[in-house]
Amino acid sequence: MMIRKRMRDGFSRWIMALFFRKKAVKIGIYGPPNAGKTTLANRIIHTFVDENEDVGVSTEVPHETRRVVRRGEVQIDLTAIPLQNPTTSNPNAKRNKAKLKLDVVDTPGLATKIDFRDFMAYGLEEEEAKRRAKEATEGVIEAIKWLDDIDGVLLLMDSTEDPYTQTNVVIIGNMEARRIPVIIAANKMDLPDSAPQRIKNAFPQHHVIPISALKGDNMELLYGEMAKTFK
Amino acid sequence: MCLISKDKMESMASTEKLRFVLDGVKSGNIVVLEGGLTAEEQMKLIELTMIEVSDDFPGIEISGYPSKRGGFFNMRRKTRLTVVGPAQKMKTIKKGKDLISTIISSS
Repeated sequence: MMIRKRMRDGFSRWIMALFFRKKAVKIGIYGPPNAGKTTLANRIIHTFVDENEDVGVSTEVPHETRRVVRRGEVQIDLTAIPLQNPTTSNPNAKRNKAKLKLDVVDTPGLATKIDFRDFMAYGLEEEEAKRRAKEATEGVIEAIKWLDDIDGVLLLMDSTEDPYTQTNVVIIGNMEARRIPVIIAANKMDLPDSAPQRIKNAFPQHHVIPISALKGDNMELLYGEMAKTFK
Repeated sequence: MCLISKDKMESMASTEKLRFVLDGVKSGNIVVLEGGLTAEEQMKLIELTMIEVSDDFPGIEISGYPSKRGGFFNMRRKTRLTVVGPAQKMKTIKKGKDLISTIISSS
């Protein structure tokens, strides 16, 4: 009797999963070079998948990520994670119980200019700098092409820099034209020059969440907003 | 510097327009477009630029006033002015909703 009931329940779950399975949404992490896109992608994977798995490598040299990297089937479950930074989270606040299944798409930084001489300033030999510049241009093209396949965009901006750049304006304009939801994350809030309010003033029509992808500050807020906006 | 009228821009197809702008910039000109480019056109221009980046042409500097809503029920996005120049000659210093400050060098 018990076995028959379990089989029936299992079959029901299989049917439900077959017909009502929610597809993972593809979320592109976009932004200018050195905004912290790969650091954020790694943070998401460390939190929800495996703390030893990296999507990519972050360095101070711009265009470190020169190929789009997609990490599929990431289940964001806010009930399953401990508060990431108790000093910036309110322990008395009601925990967000949102869930979201997504594919994280880490993209190369968008730029209008890639000069191999800029890489030589970081100590690269001329040949290596030229190779990197060539790969970086291909990366920008790949990132732009991926916009056709994206369900939502996490636009990462460096909150220590002027946010009102043409690249940021163009990304937001394209998302608005395609009616793709966008969340702006004002990264590097842990740095003394950080001014997330500048980003809020520049793009008042969008949600802006100040975060530190490196330190993990405010990540719970960002995950909650992602679950709400991209579901 | 090339100042392109809105009429001239509207007489060209989108790809033709981008080719015209990029050719002008690669020749060393600052191209000012009355009426401006849409966000989608600007993204395509960045893509086209990346294909043509070389040792002598590192890319473009682009700046523009943000589009405004207008037309029937405010449904239409109205683009305004866009300025595009060679990255090695032009640098945007300050950009606001109605003001663009750039430095243009002759080198």
